[in-house]
Amino acid sequence: MSQHARHCDHAAQTEARDDAALRFRDLTLGYGDHAAVHHLDGTIARGALMAIVGANGSGKSTLLKAVAGVLRPMSGRIERSSGLRVAYLAQQSEIDRSFPARVLDLVSLGLWPKRGLLGRFRGEDRIAIATALSAVGLEGFSDRPIDSLSGGQLQRALFARVLLQDADVILLDEPFNAIDAKTVRDLVSLIHRWHGERRTVVAVMHDLALVRETFPETLLLARRAVAWGETAKSLSAENLLKARNFAEAFDDSAPWCEPQRA
Amino acid sequence: MYDLLITPFVDYVFLQRALAGCVLLCISSGPVGVFLMLRRMSLTGDALAHGILPGAAVAFLFFGLELAPMTIGGLAAGLLLAMLAGAVSRLTLQKEDASLAAFYLISLSAGVLIVSMHGSNVDLMHILFGSVLALNDQALTLIAGIFVVSTVGLALFWRGLVAECLDPLFFRSVSRLGTPIHFAFLFMVVLNLVGGFQALGTLLSVGLMMLPAASARFWVNRVGPMCALAILFGIVSSVAGLLLSYHAALPSGPAIILFCGGIYVLSILASPRGLAVTYGRRTRPHRAT
Repeated sequence: MSQHARHCDHAAQTEARDDAALRFRDLTLGYGDHAAVHHLDGTIARGALMAIVGANGSGKSTLLKAVAGVLRPMSGRIERSSGLRVAYLAQQSEIDRSFPARVLDLVSLGLWPKRGLLGRFRGEDRIAIATALSAVGLEGFSDRPIDSLSGGQLQRALFARVLLQDADVILLDEPFNAIDAKTVRDLVSLIHRWHGERRTVVAVMHDLALVRETFPETLLLARRAVAWGETAKSLSAENLLKARNFAEAFDDSAPWCEPQRA
Repeated sequence: MYDLLITPFVDYVFLQRALAGCVLLCISSGPVGVFLMLRRMSLTGDALAHGILPGAAVAFLFFGLELAPMTIGGLAAGLLLAMLAGAVSRLTLQKEDASLAAFYLISLSAGVLIVSMHGSNVDLMHILFGSVLALNDQALTLIAGIFVVSTVGLALFWRGLVAECLDPLFFRSVSRLGTPIHFAFLFMVVLNLVGGFQALGTLLSVGLMMLPAASARFWVNRVGPMCALAILFGIVSSVAGLLLSYHAALPSGPAIILFCGGIYVLSILASPRGLAVTYGRRTRPHRAT
């Protein structure tokens, strides 16, 4: 119960700031009748740079999917400030890499919000694509088939797609999983650029060292918010231990979440 | 040479009609086959082709070998099967491929029984394997109509279909068109199969859709050229099959599909992505991380 109090606390603090990008209200998410995230309350401020950290199965990707609008909440809701453009980068494994597409085809999907199903690509779009590719260090790659790319190159291409989406909120699901160090450095600097442009960036992360040095704010998730706030505080030894204990509780499906609705 | 290859098509109207019907079918169903394959739905195509049979059979029971009722019956049954298979996989534990396999076996047996109740073995053969040499004006008009609807539909939905195949989660995050496009696509599949049914019958119509597409996958690595190549393979097979059936007095539908199959085997053996080249290359160079 102290748990609940803690993240309500957090919600109270941040609601005071008026420019919220996203607000969670008693948000419960899951698949079928199985909840993966319980009763989440809180606010993500406009321009926030936030990491979501937690064990496997703690609901990180589920939360990101819900914010992206790909998964409908089981209960509660997500409030978006109106006209908010959201870009979502799922885990790499979601992409069919055997699909016969070039880097250009993959990256230009990022123009969908602008051009939709039928809008023609114009000269300015071609320039935007070229600019995005060079920003991620993939000049000259536009005609390469995607099945010839390394994991790092593919992730660069996907970041170029995010660039093209020109979104207010950028959601990244484990963007640095199995990516080489050089690519991680380059892409982190892109994240800093987005942060400098007052875009909201929310990333699911595994590497705690990288989180500490890059993300000012962290949500520690174990199917519910264990801690949410300043990264150093969220990732304190005490909180990490608490999260680990919760994570072990997932396995035996004991109903440790108090039943709030009948 | 001219006598062998050209004269038959000049001299006989029925061969001209057959060729016209086949070419239209190749152009409209080739690209649909490419997308079916890329979405890993080849089996769906097969199942839907069989699903047409009971509908056409019931129409045959009441109206005989009449184009309009059999087309409508086939279309209705094919669409029903598409919905059912989707619903079963969504609402029960059964995977979609297993439910499709079940439905197509049921459809095939039910269809054959219904036709046999009323018709002869000749009718049955006609329905199962088609009669491309007997395409009349009505049938050609139907095929042309399907050609127009399917080609326009594909052009309209192209970008959405590509996005949905390549990165479905991304597509869902930027657009709500995923489900409508999926059903429109299934509709186009059924439509093409019904068109092919007139020429090649329920068992073989899927051949003109899937075999050229599967062959084209071996040669090129972009969707557009793949569709073009699938169309070309289909047309070449149609011409060759019609000529073979004319000169050797063999059934034309199976002859056409066998040529499609020949191109497929050739592609496996000789193409840049087939056995000849990949054999001996032990590790594939891509996917280094």
